[in-house]
Amino acid sequence: MSRAAALATEDVVAGYGAVLVLDGVSISAAAGTITAVLGANGAGKTTLLRTIGGFIRPRRGRILLDGASLAHGRPEEVARAGVAHVPEGQGVITELTIEENLRLGGLLRDGKDGKAALADAYQRFPVLAERRHRTAGTLSGGERQILVIARALMAAPRVLLLDEPSLGLAPKIVTQVMELIRRLRDDGGLTVLLVEQNARSALAIADKGVVLNVGKVVAAADAADLAADEALRRHYLGF
Amino acid sequence: MQEFLEFTLEGVSSGMIYAAIALSLVLIWRGTRILNYAQGGMAMFTAYVALIVINHTGNYWAGFVTALAAGLVLGAVLERAVVRQVAGKAPMNAVIVSIGLLIFIEGLAGIIYGAQYRSFPPAFSIDGLSIGSVALGISRNDVFTAVAVLAAAAALAVAFKYTRVGLRMRATAFNPGVARLLGVRVGRVLTLGWALAGLIGALAGMLVTPSTFLYPNSMDTIFVLGFTAAVIGGLESPLGAVVGGLVLGVVLSYAGGYLGSALVEIFGLGALVLVLMVRPAGLFSAAATRQV
Repeated sequence: MSRAAALATEDVVAGYGAVLVLDGVSISAAAGTITAVLGANGAGKTTLLRTIGGFIRPRRGRILLDGASLAHGRPEEVARAGVAHVPEGQGVITELTIEENLRLGGLLRDGKDGKAALADAYQRFPVLAERRHRTAGTLSGGERQILVIARALMAAPRVLLLDEPSLGLAPKIVTQVMELIRRLRDDGGLTVLLVEQNARSALAIADKGVVLNVGKVVAAADAADLAADEALRRHYLGF
Repeated sequence: MQEFLEFTLEGVSSGMIYAAIALSLVLIWRGTRILNYAQGGMAMFTAYVALIVINHTGNYWAGFVTALAAGLVLGAVLERAVVRQVAGKAPMNAVIVSIGLLIFIEGLAGIIYGAQYRSFPPAFSIDGLSIGSVALGISRNDVFTAVAVLAAAAALAVAFKYTRVGLRMRATAFNPGVARLLGVRVGRVLTLGWALAGLIGALAGMLVTPSTFLYPNSMDTIFVLGFTAAVIGGLESPLGAVVGGLVLGVVLSYAGGYLGSALVEIFGLGALVLVLMVRPAGLFSAAATRQV
């Protein structure tokens, strides 16, 4: 697995049409750490991930991967730079089989590494191995979420953008996914930006936390400090 | 009984040509959601290129290969230069652009090569084959036609299923947003789709032109029938395109054989209208609506 990279945004302003969602967002995630991005619905968490991922072109500001500017507005080039994006909800290609979805994730690597990654994925997620030749449309919501995460890991990314990975997953699977994310960081291979509604479980595995409110960063600190800040929790995190 | 055999084999042979046109339309439809009305015109143009090479070199196969290469290049260039400009705009823009392309290509062919009918050599003998004293109604060239189209369709199917670039093409066809997310350079994949469609179209042109003669509108009727075959097959599936071509070819051959050859085109158009009315998503797909 390739070495993790540092990810930063500098004064990013972005939105949809006339609607401004991010209003000067600067965050930084050190290589090999997990950063939880928290905040209420509409705070701009998903927009931040989509902007980093290249789906939204920022109107101002820069996105830096190990200090170098990431391509703006071109998701395929962001992916090729080593940033894998797990979007919220349905990211599987339902017409392709489970194995084809996974292979697609591994296409950025050469054939042999891709095969090894496929074996890894099946070992990590036996539920995918059992149904490898079925179309992804036959999977349940939770199984699709696992497939999308497994597919993102196929590319051996340096940075992983995770948007609400626990959405629709059974609690047992959430624990399993969080455990996997933690292990990937511990192995030194991955920097994770984790967007979660469930602030408590996100802060439990994160090193740092960033709290967004109406498109601005209102707090950025060690995860433990954020979790201990009662006023912040009550105002923005709801636990 | 012998008539029936002849009409069936004739139908299979012409059906393979409709299948080739249908296949080229499917390749483009899957990737870009555009119905390329210029497909027949492109094939006609590459046939002219082939004729020039054949006349210069005296070698049919040099012309054949040049035509396929010209189709490949023509498809790629048109996608980059013209089609990409209407990507993401209203579907009607693409319809009008591709019809405009057809008129442009046919006009250009008329200016360069003139409007007269030119005879065009077949790859193999067009003498009818027979088993013993039973005439089969088809020639060596008809057999070559069927083999060439089936080989092209099979090669595409295998490439789609088993190669990395095929997986990229299918992912792009089904869900371009997710494909980009995974690092697929969708723009290149679309160019490749148009290039392959240009190649298959050129193949259809090489196969059919010996029996239609070559002139700027020589592919118009064949295109309409190929389009009908694609619609019968559901526009999405390469296999559907081949089956659609075969079904149409055989039906039209019976219509022409038993009822009179003047009726073939009317039956072809009738089949198109009927399929669009009864099963607009094609005979082989689950019912779903689409706009063209």
